[in-house]
Amino acid sequence: MIWGFFSLDGTGQINQVMYRTTHENSLLSSAGKLFPASNDWIFQQDNAPYHTARAMSQGVDMSGLFSEMVKACATVDVVQKKLVYVFLCSYAALNPELSLLVINTLRKDCQDPNPMVRSLALRNMTNLRLPSLVEYVEQPLTAGLRDRAACVRRVAVLGWAKLHNLQPSSEIDAAVVNELYSLLRDPDPVVMVNCLRALEEILKDEGGVAINKPITHHLLNRLKECDIWGQCEVLRVLQRYRPQSEDELFDILSLLDASLVSPHPPVMAATLSLFLSLCSGQPAVNLAALERVRGPLLAACGSGSREMRFTALCHIQLLLRSIPGLMGAHYKRFFCGYAEPAYIKQRKMQVLVELVNDENVAMLLDELKGYCTDVNTDTAQAAISAIGRIGRSYSDRCLEILTGLLGLKQDHITSAVVQTMRDLVWVCPQCSDTVCFALEGCEETLQDSQGRQALLWLLGVYGERVSSAPYTLEVFIDGVRSEASLGVKMELLTATMRLFLCRPAETQDMLGRLLHYCIEEETDMCVRDQALLYYRLLHCGIEETRKVLQGRRSDPSLGVLIGRPAEPVSQWARSFNTLEPLRQGSIETESASRGSPEHTTFDPKPNADLSDTLDCSHIEKVHSDSDGRCLDSSADILASSVAAPLSLSLFPALSPEEFERLWLQQRALHAEQEEAEEEDFVWMEECVRCPTIPCCSPQSLQAAMQLVNIQTLAFTPPQTLPWRVYLYTHTCLDDSPHSTLILGELLYTGEEPQKAEVNKGSADGEVGVEGTEDEQARQGTEATADGGQETVKVTLRQQPRDDKALKGFMSILTTVLHTLSSEKA
Amino acid sequence: MISQVFILSSKGDHLIYKDFRGESGSDAVGVFYEKVTALTGDQPPVVMSHKDLHFVHVRQGGLYWVATTTADSSPFTIIEFLNRLAALVKDYCGSLSEKSVQMNFALIYELLDEVVDYGYIQTTSSDVLKNFIQTEAVSSRPFSLFDLSNVGLFGAETQQSKVAPSSAATRPIQSSREQGGKSEIFVDVIERMSVVIGSNGMLMKADVEGEIRVKCYLPNCSEMRIGLNEEFSIGKSQLRGYGAAVRVDEVSFHQMVRLDEFDSHRILRLCPSQGEQTVMQYQLSDDLPSAPPFRLFPTIERDSGGRLLMYLKLRCDLPPKSAAINVAATIPIPKGSLSLSQELSSPDQSAELKPQSRAVVWKIPRFTGGTQLSALFKLEVPGLSSASLLEVGPVGLSFELPKLTATGVQIRFLRLSPVQPGPSQRWVRYVTHSDSYTIRI
Repeated sequence: MIWGFFSLDGTGQINQVMYRTTHENSLLSSAGKLFPASNDWIFQQDNAPYHTARAMSQGVDMSGLFSEMVKACATVDVVQKKLVYVFLCSYAALNPELSLLVINTLRKDCQDPNPMVRSLALRNMTNLRLPSLVEYVEQPLTAGLRDRAACVRRVAVLGWAKLHNLQPSSEIDAAVVNELYSLLRDPDPVVMVNCLRALEEILKDEGGVAINKPITHHLLNRLKECDIWGQCEVLRVLQRYRPQSEDELFDILSLLDASLVSPHPPVMAATLSLFLSLCSGQPAVNLAALERVRGPLLAACGSGSREMRFTALCHIQLLLRSIPGLMGAHYKRFFCGYAEPAYIKQRKMQVLVELVNDENVAMLLDELKGYCTDVNTDTAQAAISAIGRIGRSYSDRCLEILTGLLGLKQDHITSAVVQTMRDLVWVCPQCSDTVCFALEGCEETLQDSQGRQALLWLLGVYGERVSSAPYTLEVFIDGVRSEASLGVKMELLTATMRLFLCRPAETQDMLGRLLHYCIEEETDMCVRDQALLYYRLLHCGIEETRKVLQGRRSDPSLGVLIGRPAEPVSQWARSFNTLEPLRQGSIETESASRGSPEHTTFDPKPNADLSDTLDCSHIEKVHSDSDGRCLDSSADILASSVAAPLSLSLFPALSPEEFERLWLQQRALHAEQEEAEEEDFVWMEECVRCPTIPCCSPQSLQAAMQLVNIQTLAFTPPQTLPWRVYLYTHTCLDDSPHSTLILGELLYTGEEPQKAEVNKGSADGEVGVEGTEDEQARQGTEATADGGQETVKVTLRQQPRDDKALKGFMSILTTVLHTLSSEKA
Repeated sequence: MISQVFILSSKGDHLIYKDFRGESGSDAVGVFYEKVTALTGDQPPVVMSHKDLHFVHVRQGGLYWVATTTADSSPFTIIEFLNRLAALVKDYCGSLSEKSVQMNFALIYELLDEVVDYGYIQTTSSDVLKNFIQTEAVSSRPFSLFDLSNVGLFGAETQQSKVAPSSAATRPIQSSREQGGKSEIFVDVIERMSVVIGSNGMLMKADVEGEIRVKCYLPNCSEMRIGLNEEFSIGKSQLRGYGAAVRVDEVSFHQMVRLDEFDSHRILRLCPSQGEQTVMQYQLSDDLPSAPPFRLFPTIERDSGGRLLMYLKLRCDLPPKSAAINVAATIPIPKGSLSLSQELSSPDQSAELKPQSRAVVWKIPRFTGGTQLSALFKLEVPGLSSASLLEVGPVGLSFELPKLTATGVQIRFLRLSPVQPGPSQRWVRYVTHSDSYTIRI
């Protein structure tokens, strides 16, 4: 019966499904029936292993035939032998006893005159993965290391690694390790590379193969002989090498230069990885290497294989983190092809956003606009949010496009546009007029909860400018019973409350209904609690409510002044050429795209809105406790300069535009040297010695400033020159009723940042003051002679004028800067 | 380091499964396919993870070629390897399809055995492998005279003696050894164009990626010399010869190519190994020597009955002697379009409404240079507003330009040495594909 079946298959008459079911049903069961009855069942004859192996590769369990296959491996036909070995290696673990029978045949094959048979036997002997067979395998493996044929040596070398991993606990013979080291000089490059691989595995506990100077140079010299896979392996292992001198380093780098621009992406990537690890102390060399791989990476981006394109794109994103301008001239390479898969399109858009500048913005937006109506909704939404990102710099053009998209009245597009607008308004409050105008009527097309949440947030915050806001909310409130999304309900509560504050007459009734529903009928505890909170808050009076609810309308920290900060290469060097950049998760998640923006922004003091004033003396304590080193100096300063207790406050908040207006306007006046006495403000410039400040991260600076209620508005990326920070705060002295507004700029132009280390010991509290006004000159304690090189120039503007408060503020600022710089040092 | 390699059909059938390190269980295949099917789109991400298993896959020939690996391995290496593996399988089996992989599974296991050992890539060179691979390929398409009849290369008109059938290069390399297959060598110049044309007809972007591929069926060939155009120049500054310059921006060569005669005479010298290799790759950006092959003149409006009227004129700017084939224009249309009525200028064209991809696809089997075709589409779109017109476009074009290169790269001569005994045939083929040809409306 089986016989007939095989011949049927041989002519290819039956289809695959039938073949498999026949196999499973009849062959296996009949084999089982036949086995006990007749031992001379003829299975290993003719071409049978072929069929068995095929069935196995399709996932059919063929382990029942193991003993028959053991017999079959004694054949002289090499093709058949190979197939039998494939079978045996798959099922050896299930039949360890029977596998013992194979070992004799295999050992015999290891003596075969044909090197191909020898290597085949050796490879499969080690592939059986049976610890019980180790003793039989060692001897042929040792012989294999000295075989005449390179193909046998290749197998034998890796065989030792397999053997070691079978019994990781047992010590491997030192003689073998030595022999493997000596085989690094084998004439066959694959043997050499395999030795590296085997030693890496065997010596894993000791940190892998020893990479010393002679080995390194030997490997580098033979790099050219290896094929690309071998080159990648060698380059990877060499990452552990640390050159002893700079000369040696540059010798190595010049040897590697050719492979850095290799047309094979794997070699290029491995070489760049090696460059980055060798020159981790030399940022300039690293950056030069990144420039050099631009060409090959761009070529890989246009490769015929989509997957290769994708990989190259993901790695270009890494490079752009350090050199934002790297691909500026080649932005057209990142235009999406219309047939490209969504995952490539989305990455390309992320890259495009990074490359935008004054010249190409029109072209880029035109291109992105085309993607917004893509069939794939994910691509369309990604395109819309990319336009929103560009809108942070070029808001007018982008808003025009976004508003136009609302006209399409398609739910996924409208939802993405509204979310994008919300995020944009949060960062660029000047867009709010256009956005408010565009919002009218778009609630009809919104379907998903994300989009509706965004709309509600916008209506709550800018309700006074959207004429139809109460009616829109009313529709939502009427449908709240059937609302499924928790987020929408919470947002609806907040939005209605906010709208109530600015348009009480229209909103009062619906707010009452909403609160009643949420408190009495709503089953979800979160919603109910929030409603109760608002209800009680309203009992406390309208002023209290206003204080709590009318928080910030925009991102208080404007982020960086120019583009994104350039990260040092070391931030991502480790993940270069690994799977990490390709993962879904590594796509920078838009922090603001989920939920309301104010909940997700960085805020070290969560209830800043409620207790906006913080006593200065308390701050002093905090700093003294947290950092003992600066205790003396900062305490001295405070003691000497703070006369009356001073408190700083962030309230009322100052918008960036307002800051800019005040700063520039007064600046101009100041430059004209008008009569300062008549003005109600003062200017003051000081130099504070704190060398490491410009190196510290914007986040920590911002956090430290916020701790003492100074708001940083904008800053340049760290490590750039000149380095600037703009900040503001309100002061109020305890004994005077009025408060003053202080605007400030920190400027660092430092020519010799490396001198900082020498001076760090003395970087304590010398305040050099160059009072531009006569009144301020007396404040100068010690006008330092060397002021200018490691000092940060502080320019302050106070309105109205209050010398005492200004002095107090200056001392707080100095303390903060010193604390930060001493932490850094 | 590669832990497992498997090949799945698009329906999830296990075609090939090989575990190199025995570290993760064989359920990996199932886990992978579950992940693929769980996704909504038909384009799963290249890298997927499940616990500490990492799947990297490529799609080739409608199959999933998957490797499982560790997180710190190089994606460039693994993807290049999977592509190379697919190319090897194609070389050995003749073509890539579910059927050919199924029929040649023994050969593929044999290949995998030699190519990877313990998860480390040993060699992928067909020169080395040919000594080890014993199994004969099973050709999925039995040879028949019918194949050789009128079907020309890329649909070109055939003159039997001059043009090889398009199937000639899709046969297994090994059959040349025993079955007395013809000793032939194919040199293909393949270019891919990506073009963006603005709504005002301006050329916004034009990139060409080209490569010269050699597919060799010669059992022993010591050296081959490929002569390119004398005028071939690289980079902006260099100009050579007296004719119209053939310029490309960047060139890279396969490492086996010797370039000693390249600077003086534009000759590549190489010893091709059996199978297919890319010997040279080049790129050209933003500076095409001739006009882009297609121009579109659209008129889009709403008629009084609330229907969408699209009147498209498509002009082919190729030289009159050449023609584009398999032209397909994909015109995105507003959501909710119901029905399409069409007026096309010749009967061999066709147009179809594809609601799934929200597009009208207009197919032109053959488009002679210098001619112009027009089409009128009337679409029934409920609730059509003026804003909906925004959804029309950009138009994507896909096509093949046989016997033509966009950059003008040509092969002057092809010499084999020593001169092959017996009948050997040398073929040179040119083709330009559209990688992405977008015309904004």
